[in-house]
Amino acid sequence: MLDLTYEPPAPKVIQGARDDWELVIGLEVHAQVASAAKLFSGASTLFGAEPNANVAFVDAGMPGMLPVINEGCVALAVKTGLGLKAAINLTSAFDRKNYFYPDLPQGYQISQLYHPIVGEGEVIVDMAPGIARRVRIERIHLEQDAGKSIHDMDPALSFVDLNRTGVALMEIVSRPDIRGPEEAAAYVLKLRQIMRYLGTCNGDMQNGNLRADVNVSVCRPGDYERYQESGDFAHLGTRCEIKNMNSTRFIQAAIEVEARRQIAILEDGGTVVQETRLFDPDKSETRSMRSKEEAHDYRYFPDPDLLPLEIEQAWVDDIATSLPELPDEKKARFVLDYGMTEYDADVLTAEVENAAYFEQVAQVSGDGKASANWVINELFGQLKKDDRDIGDSPLSAAQLGRIVALIRAGDISGKIAKDLFEIVYLEGGDPEAIVDERGMRQVTDTGAIEAAVDDVIAANPAQVEKARANPKLAGWFVGQVMKATGGKANPAAVNRIVQDRLGL
Amino acid sequence: MSIDAETARKVAKLARIRVEEDELSALAGEFNTILGFIEQLQTVDVEGVEPMTSVTPQRLKRRADTVTDGDRQAAVLANAPDAREGFFAVPKVVE
Repeated sequence: MLDLTYEPPAPKVIQGARDDWELVIGLEVHAQVASAAKLFSGASTLFGAEPNANVAFVDAGMPGMLPVINEGCVALAVKTGLGLKAAINLTSAFDRKNYFYPDLPQGYQISQLYHPIVGEGEVIVDMAPGIARRVRIERIHLEQDAGKSIHDMDPALSFVDLNRTGVALMEIVSRPDIRGPEEAAAYVLKLRQIMRYLGTCNGDMQNGNLRADVNVSVCRPGDYERYQESGDFAHLGTRCEIKNMNSTRFIQAAIEVEARRQIAILEDGGTVVQETRLFDPDKSETRSMRSKEEAHDYRYFPDPDLLPLEIEQAWVDDIATSLPELPDEKKARFVLDYGMTEYDADVLTAEVENAAYFEQVAQVSGDGKASANWVINELFGQLKKDDRDIGDSPLSAAQLGRIVALIRAGDISGKIAKDLFEIVYLEGGDPEAIVDERGMRQVTDTGAIEAAVDDVIAANPAQVEKARANPKLAGWFVGQVMKATGGKANPAAVNRIVQDRLGL
Repeated sequence: MSIDAETARKVAKLARIRVEEDELSALAGEFNTILGFIEQLQTVDVEGVEPMTSVTPQRLKRRADTVTDGDRQAAVLANAPDAREGFFAVPKVVE
């Protein structure tokens, strides 16, 4: 496998009133499985339906209804595990997590506490070229999502929509390997990227397809290394869990605010209490969810409605052969095969659609490095200006590939190529045909360029004198010739002939 | 393990089952009887014995990932004490 080497980033250090402090962070990411139907029912997972339209009687917790597992969800969880280089457990089992809430009609969530489907894996979180954090994954388990309560439609009532109830989630649990707010955000984005490559979670954070609970504690410099050597959590501080965040910006802000809160308590001689907290972005503070504490007695037990989930190694192997090239490998290949920088490779592999587009441009043009520049600088710039995605780019990869090929063949200059790019982007059409129709082809015919140079020299005797005295002024002639030829003359040829004719 | 009236109160609350104050100690007694029976079971040596999850050998039944259900809002809401605009309406739950 292709691999880029990397160094770990330095941990973030926060200066308290007295001391320096470091952060220790672990995340539980809830990723909605990209299945058509729910985990245990045949109701749709589609977002935006009429309230309670995507609900089967199983989801509504009707008496006598039994859950039947969706094999597609299992396959997607396995695929995610394989994508995170994790161990797949051929036997896993479902447990009931019991609590009462109006949007949980069963009175329990079906989850996998004791025997998750996926075991230990890892994610490489890139922070800068050559700098990355390896974050270990502890486990991934399958579980049901809850419904949605709406509190602002009536002063005395809460409105409950069960459309999301029973939708499959993967809870991805990391080890406390993350050492700063930026790393936490980058970790979530990397998970999202990998799952989007795999097609196992669409990662739409705004619609809650990806949510994170963040465990934060603080320690003094050196303590984390002592924990790593001994495996003893006593070297680390007491952690608090910040619940349910669906934006990387909030995750970063919440970690920062929570760490500072804990540092202030510790420097005041107090102790941090382990608890669940909520982040309030408006007030930029976290606050305790004491109301939830008592409910934390979940009384887990194996779900008697469901036999253990047993899958076969051959089935897992089949899924493994269907894995696409993943971001890390793709990035390494782009750097090695196309000679681009790691930074450019990062940009191009961020979304799998961008990478595929680029590769088609490179294939058509036969020039990977130039294709990377054109995709990143010209196309992405223009798409961003127009608020478009690569998916609805008016310029196809084949069209852009042919534009780059025209530059490569010396048929058009880089400057003309920008005009051509704009024409094809706005009006469409075949780049070669446009070049011919509009006479944009670069003039490489030395005779024609010589004639143009001679005309300019003949018309400007005073400038000729000056240029002979000061060769730097030759550039003025090159500019005049380019202007006279409508930008179509090959600049290198013009330069050479100007120098020659002026006797420089 | 011994269950007192206080633990019985907590268990009843977690299960959202209303138990009158004067019934709590009797309930605790019943719990203790059940737990005593379980303690008896726990004396059996099951070292190396796989938990039996089914009487006959069975594989967990699976469904394909296709939408086969839903679009029955009226039926889903039919037994709700209160439903409005397609939602279940419940007494206000405030976080």
